Amino acid sequence: MAVSDTIAFDPLASGGAARRTRAMFVVYGLLALFAAYYLLPLGVIVLNSFRDLDEISRGGLIGFPRSFSMQYWQTAWSTFCVQAMCKGIAPFFFNSLWMTIPATIISTAIGAINGYALSAWRFRGSEPLFAFMTLGVFLPGQMVLLPWAFTLGALGLTNTIAGLILIHCVQGLAFTTLFCRNYYVNIPDALIKAARIDGAGFWRIFRKIVLPLSPPILIVTVIWQFTGIWNDFLFGIVFSSGDHQPVTAALIALTAGQTSVRRYNVEAAAVLIGALPPLLIYLFGGRYFMRGLTQGAVK
Amino acid sequence: MASLVIRDLSKRFGSVEVLKNVNLEANAGEFIALVGPSGCGKSTLLAMLAGLESVTSGRIEIGGRIVNDVAPKDRDIAMVFQSYALYPTMTVRENITFGMESRRVPKAEQNEAVARVASLLQIGELLGRRPAQLSGGQRQRVAMGRALVRDPALFLFDEPLSNLDAKLRVEMRTEIKKLHQRVKKTTIYVTHDQVEAMTLASRVAVLHKGVLQQFDRPRVVYDRPANRFVAGFMGSPSMNFIPGELVEEGGKPCIALPGNGSPAAVLPLATSVTNSARKIVLGVRPEHMVRDTGGGTKPGYGRMDATVEVVEPTGAETMVVMRVGAQEITARFEADSVPAVGEKVRVNVDMNKACLFDPDSEKLLG
Amino acid sequence: MSAVPAHRVTAFEWISRHTPKIVLAPSIAASFVYVFVFCVWTVWVSLSNSTLLPDFTYEGVKHYISLWQNRRWTIAYTNLFLFGGFYVVGSLLIGLLLAILIDQRVRGEAIWRSVLLYPLALSFVVSGTVWRWIFNPTTGVEALMHSIGFADFYFNWILDREKAIYTVVVTGVWHASGFAMVLLLAGLRSVDQDLVKAAQIDGASMARIYWKILIPSIRPIMIAVVVILLQFAIKTFDLVVAQTGGGPGLATNVPAIYVYDLMFQRGQIAQGAAAAVMILLALAVVLVPYAIWSDRRNRRRSENGS
Repeated sequence: MAVSDTIAFDPLASGGAARRTRAMFVVYGLLALFAAYYLLPLGVIVLNSFRDLDEISRGGLIGFPRSFSMQYWQTAWSTFCVQAMCKGIAPFFFNSLWMTIPATIISTAIGAINGYALSAWRFRGSEPLFAFMTLGVFLPGQMVLLPWAFTLGALGLTNTIAGLILIHCVQGLAFTTLFCRNYYVNIPDALIKAARIDGAGFWRIFRKIVLPLSPPILIVTVIWQFTGIWNDFLFGIVFSSGDHQPVTAALIALTAGQTSVRRYNVEAAAVLIGALPPLLIYLFGGRYFMRGLTQGAVK
Repeated sequence: MASLVIRDLSKRFGSVEVLKNVNLEANAGEFIALVGPSGCGKSTLLAMLAGLESVTSGRIEIGGRIVNDVAPKDRDIAMVFQSYALYPTMTVRENITFGMESRRVPKAEQNEAVARVASLLQIGELLGRRPAQLSGGQRQRVAMGRALVRDPALFLFDEPLSNLDAKLRVEMRTEIKKLHQRVKKTTIYVTHDQVEAMTLASRVAVLHKGVLQQFDRPRVVYDRPANRFVAGFMGSPSMNFIPGELVEEGGKPCIALPGNGSPAAVLPLATSVTNSARKIVLGVRPEHMVRDTGGGTKPGYGRMDATVEVVEPTGAETMVVMRVGAQEITARFEADSVPAVGEKVRVNVDMNKACLFDPDSEKLLG
Repeated sequence: MSAVPAHRVTAFEWISRHTPKIVLAPSIAASFVYVFVFCVWTVWVSLSNSTLLPDFTYEGVKHYISLWQNRRWTIAYTNLFLFGGFYVVGSLLIGLLLAILIDQRVRGEAIWRSVLLYPLALSFVVSGTVWRWIFNPTTGVEALMHSIGFADFYFNWILDREKAIYTVVVTGVWHASGFAMVLLLAGLRSVDQDLVKAAQIDGASMARIYWKILIPSIRPIMIAVVVILLQFAIKTFDLVVAQTGGGPGLATNVPAIYVYDLMFQRGQIAQGAAAAVMILLALAVVLVPYAIWSDRRNRRRSENGS
């Protein structure tokens, strides 16, 4: 146990106490400034979703709210008109839900099994195969728009949620496999070998040894997949239209296609509703977010 | 004037007291080893000397000046870390001159200092390389060079040899000793290896659970340990501790070692010990027990019979674990004196070198 | 000299031995189709005579040529350079600044990090929409200033052809600097703290320690961040659609929007495919050198025992 283990680094320890307080003032000040810059948009839409329209027309969106009403949320949810439909943002919200949840679960499950197979049961050619699969993470969506349109048409899945689920599953495979495999390689080989000597096979080892060790990576993968799929826009507008669209596409239609008086408060509420699921996940599972970042991105 | 004075130094982390009233001093040019097991507080003490940890109570004086609140860079110290802490993105030369650059020392002086240190440590041809390209021993020397170039009043070493393999460790140990003989700087050297402490230091400070156990020359710490902990910590294999009873035999004070019913052995004591209780603990080092070759017992020696249980030939000698009464003890025999397991051997014990400890306070009695 | 009886492998045994490969097979097939077949298909379309529907008569590289002669495309590409440059540099610098600030052992670090990182949980659509409102003169900052009393305040960048792209940069940086911060902070923290202590003893000031030791030490991570951000920039689509719709005019048009336009609005799928291939090439130019560099670096490190 050397010096390095006992002391946490105190960057401002060199210098007197007064200098430290001054420096910390600057640090906190800057952080607060940036925090304001970051929170501004969120504050804007949250507050404005409760304000009266006249107030907004008078003073703009950035201002202290003087009125409060929950009705705009109700309107946004169930009665606001998006293009031709006037059922609010609710149907699109549910479209997103039906699309995101299955796609997340399926792509994560397959990714976990793939990651397990690639790390614990390496065979000749498994590394190049893995590298090949990883390419899918970097592929730009534009390269696959046309083929997917064609494929969906051939399968009869054009403009359906099922079609979107298929796309997101296949797209997500590369990412989830990458993540899970990089996590599973850290499971000691000796553990797997001992189990094989004990007579356990592929599925048994997965169930009894690898799966119990998986919750951390599964949570991270699920969170990232859910967020990524929910927030996707490109595939949403290309492969669906009208009332089959996910909420992200609907929001664009909602906020861009207004000809009459803009009802910013309702729009704000709608935007918030659309943003809520990933935001909530982030609020409650924030550290998994970050773990995923540092694990996966810097490989 | 003492180069370093540590007076009543204590350190607390929250409610945990890590160092308790440590008193130490080092004279100019001395090599002091701080030794003890993990968690004894030696690393914390070193960090406090360096100014990387604050002082809870007590004072530290370097060169006659109280430095409790002085920043590390102003304390006139240099430190060699266990991990060497060489700046990875800089060359060896830049590593050595980094401190001088920070203090805006003129270039000519810098070059002179680098040359001096390079020849002293023989790292001249490494100056253009990066730490990643150096071997463990080379990094060690560069780390020492970086410390040397500051020409400080106090050198601090934090377990610098722990990261090296055994053979390299022995080599570097000798190099450090040679370096100290040449440079003669006051050095505080932290280690958990008591062999390093014994071989390098002019005085050894043994720490245990934040309390200074003994601070004396290596020879004294080894021969006359202040308490049972020091006795057991210094020396490898460690000292044997055998509980016994004070008896009198033939007018002389003796210690009786317990056996089945009657004492397994009775050994004469070299010094007289007054102990209110009759029980004491006898401490004997393995090398102070000789196999009886039939030439009679020398004066000052005691004799006992033991049954051999395990024989471990190490090449240079033979370690024999044997049983005396209820007690297992380890003795060091000659390399070719290899008894058989189960054999009864007769052992002569050098009672002049033996230590007696109080069973309760564990302090040295005699 | 007894012969070992031949052991006929049963179907069950064969399956068990090859289970990993069998399990991976569907994914590999899907990846193959998705990565390889689809790309080849798109490239083929780009070389064909398709307009609204695929028509596989070979046309050569005429679409690529007409693409690069097209003013809309060159504007989009220029916008991408502008946007990408500012976006990456801005996010990196702000992310670095924030990481250093948080590294000063601030209290409530978790809260600060949550606030600075949450934009990543939002869709670009949401970010773009909200910032559009903030930049819009009638509802956003300009309106705020007017209501306070600064009647002469102008902030209509979003409507300005020259300046609209910078509004997108602001939103992009807002979105991504938290991401950069998290990675850079992790990097700063992974530096051996002994280095800092040694530098303190050596007499370096905090600024010098950061400049000469810590920041150089995280250079690999900074490069990784730059590469990832460049990727985001090249693929930018949602953000621009939400914030400016590509306008005013073509001021904020980016390649990804142009691809969508060509493919699904104008019925020019061959040319759209060509544009898509250009995007892929741009990505490859960024990623392939990085992959090679990173791989070589890792190999060198494991040789040296780092």
